[in-house]
Amino acid sequence: MITLELLVASAIGVLAAGGIYLVLRGRTFQVVLGLTLFSYAVNLFLFASGRLKIDRPPIWSKTVADYADPLPQALVLTAIVITFGMTALAVILMLRAFLESGSDQVDGEACPASQEDEA
Amino acid sequence: MQAPACGNRAIRGDRDQPMATGPILCALVALPFIASLLIAAARGRSRGVHSGIAAIASATGLALLLTVAGPALDGGSTGIVIDWVPAIGLDLSLRVDALALLFGLLILGIGLLVVIFAHFYLATGEATARFFASLMLFQGAMLGIAVSGNILLLLVFWEMTSLSSFLLIGFWRDRADARQGARMALAVTGGGGLVLIAGMLLLGLAAGSFDLATVLARGDVVRASPLYAPMLVLILIGCFTKSAQFPFHFWLPHAMAAPTPVSAYLHSATMVKAGVFLLARLWPVLAGTDLYTVLVTTTGLVTMVFGAWVALFRHDLKAILAYSTISQLGLLVMLLGFSLRMAVVAAVLHILNHAAFKAALFMAAGIVDHETGTRDIRRLGGLARVMPVTALLATLAAAAMAGLPPMGGFISKEMMLDETLHVALFGLPWLVPALALVGATLSAGYSLRFAVHLFFGTPRAAEPHGRAHDPGAGMWLPPALLVALAVLLGFAPMMLAAPIVTPVAAAIAGVPVAVPDLALWHGVNAALAMSIAAVAIGAIMLWRHGALLTRYESRRHVDAKAVFMTVLAVADDRVRSMIAWMHRPSLQRMLFATFAVVLLAIADGALTGGGTLAGTRAGIPASAPAILAWLLLVAATAATLHAQRQRFRALIYVSVIGLVIALAFVQFSAPDLALTQIAVEVVTILLLLLALNLLPKSPPLLSRAPRRWRDAALAVAGGIGIGGAAWAMLTRDPRDPISAYHLANSYSGGGGTNVVNVTLVDFRAFDTLGEIIVLGIAGLVIYALLDTTERGAAGARLRSWQEDMPHSPERHPVMFVMATRILLPLVLAAAIYIFLRGHNQPGGGFIAALVFAIAFLLQYLSSGFDWTDARRRIGEHFLIAWGVLVALATGLGSLAFGSNFLTSSFDYFTLPLVGEFELATAMLFDLGVFAVVLGAVMLALAQLSHIAQRAARAHAALAADQGEAAP
Repeated sequence: MITLELLVASAIGVLAAGGIYLVLRGRTFQVVLGLTLFSYAVNLFLFASGRLKIDRPPIWSKTVADYADPLPQALVLTAIVITFGMTALAVILMLRAFLESGSDQVDGEACPASQEDEA
Repeated sequence: MQAPACGNRAIRGDRDQPMATGPILCALVALPFIASLLIAAARGRSRGVHSGIAAIASATGLALLLTVAGPALDGGSTGIVIDWVPAIGLDLSLRVDALALLFGLLILGIGLLVVIFAHFYLATGEATARFFASLMLFQGAMLGIAVSGNILLLLVFWEMTSLSSFLLIGFWRDRADARQGARMALAVTGGGGLVLIAGMLLLGLAAGSFDLATVLARGDVVRASPLYAPMLVLILIGCFTKSAQFPFHFWLPHAMAAPTPVSAYLHSATMVKAGVFLLARLWPVLAGTDLYTVLVTTTGLVTMVFGAWVALFRHDLKAILAYSTISQLGLLVMLLGFSLRMAVVAAVLHILNHAAFKAALFMAAGIVDHETGTRDIRRLGGLARVMPVTALLATLAAAAMAGLPPMGGFISKEMMLDETLHVALFGLPWLVPALALVGATLSAGYSLRFAVHLFFGTPRAAEPHGRAHDPGAGMWLPPALLVALAVLLGFAPMMLAAPIVTPVAAAIAGVPVAVPDLALWHGVNAALAMSIAAVAIGAIMLWRHGALLTRYESRRHVDAKAVFMTVLAVADDRVRSMIAWMHRPSLQRMLFATFAVVLLAIADGALTGGGTLAGTRAGIPASAPAILAWLLLVAATAATLHAQRQRFRALIYVSVIGLVIALAFVQFSAPDLALTQIAVEVVTILLLLLALNLLPKSPPLLSRAPRRWRDAALAVAGGIGIGGAAWAMLTRDPRDPISAYHLANSYSGGGGTNVVNVTLVDFRAFDTLGEIIVLGIAGLVIYALLDTTERGAAGARLRSWQEDMPHSPERHPVMFVMATRILLPLVLAAAIYIFLRGHNQPGGGFIAALVFAIAFLLQYLSSGFDWTDARRRIGEHFLIAWGVLVALATGLGSLAFGSNFLTSSFDYFTLPLVGEFELATAMLFDLGVFAVVLGAVMLALAQLSHIAQRAARAHAALAADQGEAAP
């Protein structure tokens, strides 16, 4: 039987794998994409630590006794926003580095700006 | 929390005492620091104000110390213990026994004289505020060492002396030698301080306590501990570096670049004596073993002879005194190394003598320098005729240093020589006396040379001699007082010295010590014979000094400074190459290593931890739409990887993933997260689109196949590891989460039914506060990075940037513009609604801010940057700053009502028409969150679109210019 838990866990695995692969590429844009994928995986993982619940939003009510875990949700909410801040900073750093050096490579290979300009 | 204020904790002492002692001790230690701050604050005032504050502080300190001297002189101690960091055994413990009293008196008494001397010595243009502030800082640190009742606290003050002496030695910071001397002193004494920390920690471990009195009482335990040998070596290195013992002596002569009052202070009674003090302080714990005796006696002996030998051949007055200080410190260290109680008595007496005559001699050297313009002894001579007062004082002080009767120095030197006869080093009973005799002889030699070559005979150079005259009373009175002390210590030792030497020796030894009859004349004995021999040979050396000097200078000598510099340079090189080796400029390599290591750690934990991967928790069967969404996510991820070089397409796939995740949040009862995820998704994709505008769109492939396969293998392993961990977690029940508390108290305590929002703005508001500050900083950094792109290489590249995208012929399509303008108020209304209901229903400051930002960004997109920017009323910086301030003020507001930081309060009100509604301070906090998030998001995106705009405009202008030029 396919359970939701299996789907979520495997989705986390797939996103993490994709993120790691992209982060290891040699150009800044791919690294940022990889960071984004990896952040999805991490946020989902944190969220999953509250376990999965259907139709039990943590909105308090006198008549309800069972809720989804609100704490991971609160943590992941801030994490999503911080992820945006981090991605934005990485994007801007990448852009500035590209403008300064004329290269978007992060593989440590020398790629002087002049060469590219000539080419 | 206990406030570490004086007097509110138990005051503990070795004997009954009035309760007032504690505050007095606290005031005593605090006084120099307060004076230092006051002097720094009165920077613009005159020299008199600065020295006045310093003098008053020193004199008051002296008076305060005397009020608590009673128990110490009786052989007891008085103290106060205040908890500081009890978890690590660090107490604010102050303790005055006889040893602390002696050093306190020297530090404050000589400090006072130095302040007076410095007032007249320093030229009017000098930065006297900085000088006296540093001097007081140093005084406070020294005093702290002396009265510390906890060995960790002592370390704190110890480090402080290293730092403040750095400031003092480098006072004339425009001079290279001062800077180098200060740096060298800091490197050696500071480095020794680090070693000392290790030693003291071992000592504390061995003794089972960091409380000084406890440590002192457990000498047997410590000496029997297996840690004793390493601890002893570490502590001794700390003491020897501070006290300039061979081979760490070389910093002291270079520290002579300091103003002379500093030298007089640091090298007579304080800085270098700190090492001797610590040796004496820990004497009952450390001394008595063969290892101790061999190490300490040998070091002291070698230093004494070496320093005296070099001092004989220096020409700078201060250098002579520097090496003589090294030699005299060696003598003190040697005496303590004997592990004999009577040697301790001799050491205490000599500490007293040395402080008096050495400070006086430094001051005399300062006077000579001040009045003749030179310190080179080869250019001086016969000064007794033109500056008789100085000559008298310096000659008496030099006589004390030479150990001539009737000075106090004679008595301590006699005792020293007598004690050497009781020590057999390396099994050789003659070794120590013989070398001590050599040292005493050389001491007599350089002391006599100092006085005779300086003040008697014929002037060697006319110019300095013609200028020379005695200084005003302000400069000769301080050394005169010290010389009087040195003389009286010889004439009336039983009256002056015995009352303090007896308890101090007892305090050092830990048991009462019978002090022998201190007198100039002890009849004819071996020590007297040695003394006479020393002075006689010393006089001969002076007579034949020219010949000796020629022989000395004909030989090459190791330059300790050059060696030190070489060592530093080599260390520097090594570290540099190591960093270059580790920090390759390849991000790929670093990230690969990071992921690989983390993965290995996970694999190790999984394989060795035992247990099974899957737990027993029952799962929820997946519905068909759920499986479809999963397939979509996997497909989108695969597509992103595949299309990574068609960058626009990759962005579209990434946004699909984000949407699936938002759907997952909806499915799994997290409406707040779903809203946030969708809003952030929009903003992130916009951001990446804007950035991509300026970046290469589809660059060539960079990695080769083997690397791609290697990375893919790591990625798959990582995915399996993380996914497996998620699977293991999801198939088990949570272990007693704290969330139940949040659910139970959300409505009753936080006044809201949306537990997620209440958690953010109330239970965990401190986290949120930190988070919005981080976000605000990120926004400002982005601004800083983008605002300066027009300069330099980046600016040039930006100006030559060519739009490489096909553009719509219509820059601002009318339909789009109109639609977004109509949408704006609607979206804003929705955002306000989301904000207001956030406390009870899904929503809140974060989501509202993102929706707000999207509404504005739509205007930027449709109507262009200029049109929108011109209509913007509130700046993003303003939003960020006020957001943080409002959130902070809300938190602080609860303090005013006696609650903890960020405690929220709420109440219900009724308005006509509106009905009952709730107002909570948490909403104000949420408003701060809202403002910061809005500001940060807008700052990032608006700035980014701005530079693209500028680039496009510059390009257009360039094209227009070329178009005009072409025809």
